[in-house]
Amino acid sequence: MRIYVCVKQVPDTSGKVAVNENGTLNRASMQTIINPDDMNAMEAALKIKDATGCQVTAVTMGPPPAEGMLRELIAMGADDGVLISGREFGGSDTFATSQIIAGALHHLGIGDEDVVFCGRQAIDGDTAQVGPQIAEKLEIPQVTYAGEIEKDGNVLKIKRLLEDGYMTVEVKTPCLITCVKELNEPRYMTVKGIIECYDKPITVLDYPALENEPLIDKTTIGLKGSPTNIFKSFTPPQKGSVEMIPGTSQEAADALAEKLAKKHII
Amino acid sequence: MILSAKYELMRKNFRNFAETEFTTEIQEKLDREGGFDEELFAKIAKNGFCGIKIPVEYGGQGGDSLAYVLMNEEFSRICPVGAIYANTPNSLGSGPLLACGNEEQKQRILPDVAAGRKHIVFALTEPGAGSDAGGTLTTADADGDDFILNGRKCFISGAPMADYAIIYAKTNRALRGSRGISMFILDMKLPGVSVGKGEMKMGINGYPTSDISMENVRVSKKDLLGPLDNGFITAMNTLNGGRLGVAAQSLGVAQGCLDEAIKYSKERKQFGKPICANQGISFMIAEMATEIEAARTLIYTTAIEKDQDAKDSFVKCAMSKYYASEMANRVAYKAVQIFGGYGYIKDYRVERLYRDVRVMSLYEGTTQVQQMVISGALLK
Repeated sequence: MRIYVCVKQVPDTSGKVAVNENGTLNRASMQTIINPDDMNAMEAALKIKDATGCQVTAVTMGPPPAEGMLRELIAMGADDGVLISGREFGGSDTFATSQIIAGALHHLGIGDEDVVFCGRQAIDGDTAQVGPQIAEKLEIPQVTYAGEIEKDGNVLKIKRLLEDGYMTVEVKTPCLITCVKELNEPRYMTVKGIIECYDKPITVLDYPALENEPLIDKTTIGLKGSPTNIFKSFTPPQKGSVEMIPGTSQEAADALAEKLAKKHII
Repeated sequence: MILSAKYELMRKNFRNFAETEFTTEIQEKLDREGGFDEELFAKIAKNGFCGIKIPVEYGGQGGDSLAYVLMNEEFSRICPVGAIYANTPNSLGSGPLLACGNEEQKQRILPDVAAGRKHIVFALTEPGAGSDAGGTLTTADADGDDFILNGRKCFISGAPMADYAIIYAKTNRALRGSRGISMFILDMKLPGVSVGKGEMKMGINGYPTSDISMENVRVSKKDLLGPLDNGFITAMNTLNGGRLGVAAQSLGVAQGCLDEAIKYSKERKQFGKPICANQGISFMIAEMATEIEAARTLIYTTAIEKDQDAKDSFVKCAMSKYYASEMANRVAYKAVQIFGGYGYIKDYRVERLYRDVRVMSLYEGTTQVQQMVISGALLK
C-alpha cells in the first residue's frame, strides 16, 4: 500500500502578500509555509503508516524551492517526495493543476490499495477544488472533509464533517480523501528525521517527463491554458480594530453590554 | 554563523515547537505552581526531544552536540524550564550511561529515558561536596553481590519524579580527593531511598529540586556504573556536555530578553517618542545583541569541536558556560532596566526571565568553578 499526500507550499498569511502584474501571487518574495490542512493530511497518512508500515509519498507541484518543504515532510515521517516542477506548469489554475497532478500520480502508478490524501483547501486560494478534481481525472472515488478516518483492509470508514452535522461514508481503495483540521494534530519533525531527510529520494517530474501523459491536455495547462483568469489580487485594507473580550460567556456578555451602553447603542 | 540546511531545519523545528507548545499560560502556571508538568513533559518526549543526543540503537534520535545546543537555545528562548525538561535526559541523565555503561545497562535504561517513559537524574552534590568531590560523604560498601549505600544528596534537579538516579559514592575510603569514588545506578523504588521536600527556589519553578536520602540501600553490583573507585572522572566528562547545555540555555534566555526589550522599547513612548529613540536605550540594545552573538559563536564552535573530540574542548565548554551565563545575567538585567518599573511586575515576561537566568551561573559548576577549570588548564 502506498499513500500519496498532495501538499502545497503557500504564503505565510501572517506576513505581507505580494502580487505580480498579471494578478498572480508573487510567491518568490513571500515567506512560505506548508498549507495547514495538508499537514493534517500528512498526519493522517503517517498514522496509517505507524499502524501498517505502508509507504507515504509527499507530492507537490511548485517551483524548485518547494523541495525544502518535501524534506520537512520526510523529516516528519514520509518515505519519499515527488516535486512536479516546470515553467510550462507555472500560473496554472485549479483545473490545470489538478490535471497535472493527476497525470503525475498516474505516471507514478496508483495500485488497488493506494490512497491519495489532500488537505481540504489551501489558505492562499481557498478553493477546495484541486483534491476533488484530481479524483475525477483519475476516475477514483473521493470523500471530502474527512474528520475521522478508520482503515479496515481496503475499506476506509470516513466521518465527514459538514456545516450542519456529519456523515459517515465507507469507501474502497483506491480513493482520494480531503482532510480537515479537526482530523488530528500534526506531529513535529524529529531530529532523527531531519538528519535522514537529506538522504531520502526526491523525484523531480518536469514537463518532458509528463508531456505524454494521457490525463494532461497540453492546451489547458499553465497560465495561458487555464480557464480561470485572475482579475486582481490585493491585500484587503484593514477595517478597523477588533477587541477580544475574555472570560466566561456570562462575563463577556456583561462586559459587552456595558461597552454598548457606554456608547449609547443600547 | 552560517549553519547547514540540516541544522537550520532543526532550529526551525525547535523554534516552532517552543513557540507553539510553551504557551504563556503554561509558563505562568509552571512559575506560579512549581511542581512538574507531566503533560508538557509527555509532549516533549513524544516528539523525541528527550533523546536527541542518545544514539538511535538505544531508542534516541542520534543527534550531535550542535543539535543539542540548538534545542536548548530555542526552547530556553521561550521557556527555560521547558528547555530543562528536554535537557536533563539528554545530558546529565544519560551522559554517564553513554560514557561508561555496559551494554546491558544501556539497553535496560536508555530506551525508556529517550522515550520519556522513565526519568533519570544526576546526583553528585552533597551538603559538603559537589565541585569539591573530596568532601563526598555518601558511602557504598561491598557486601556479597551488592553494595550498601548510605548518605544524602542535595539540590538534585528532578529528584521528586525520578525513576533512577546516578549516585556518586565513596567506595574506597583510603583514597583521597576525587579518587575512590564510584558511580551507581540507583533505582529510586528500592527500600531505604527517600526523597525530600521540594526546595523553594528563586526561579526555574516547575522543575522540582530536592534531596535524595539513602539509608542502608542494597544496590546490586550489576548497577555499578563504570570503573570501581574511578567514577568522578566520568562525572567531569558528563559535566562538560552539561555545561555546554547550560551555556545554550543562557544564550536562549538572553535572546528572549533581547526580543522582549526590542519590542517594548519600540512601543513604549515617553517624552513624545518611543524610548528606543534615546541612545541610553538603543546602545543598551546594541550591547546586548553583540554579547549574545559573541556567546552564540563560542557555543556553536565549541559544540562542533567537542563532537570532533578536540583536546581542549573541556576548556571551551567551561568558557562557554562562564561567558554565556554571565552574559545572560547582564542582558536580563538590562532588559528589566529597559522595561523600567513594568519589568519588576510579574505580568511581564522579563521579570520571570530575570529570576530564571540567575541559576545559569550557579548550577553545573559556578562561574568561579569554570574559571578554575579554564585557568587550571592554562597554568598547569
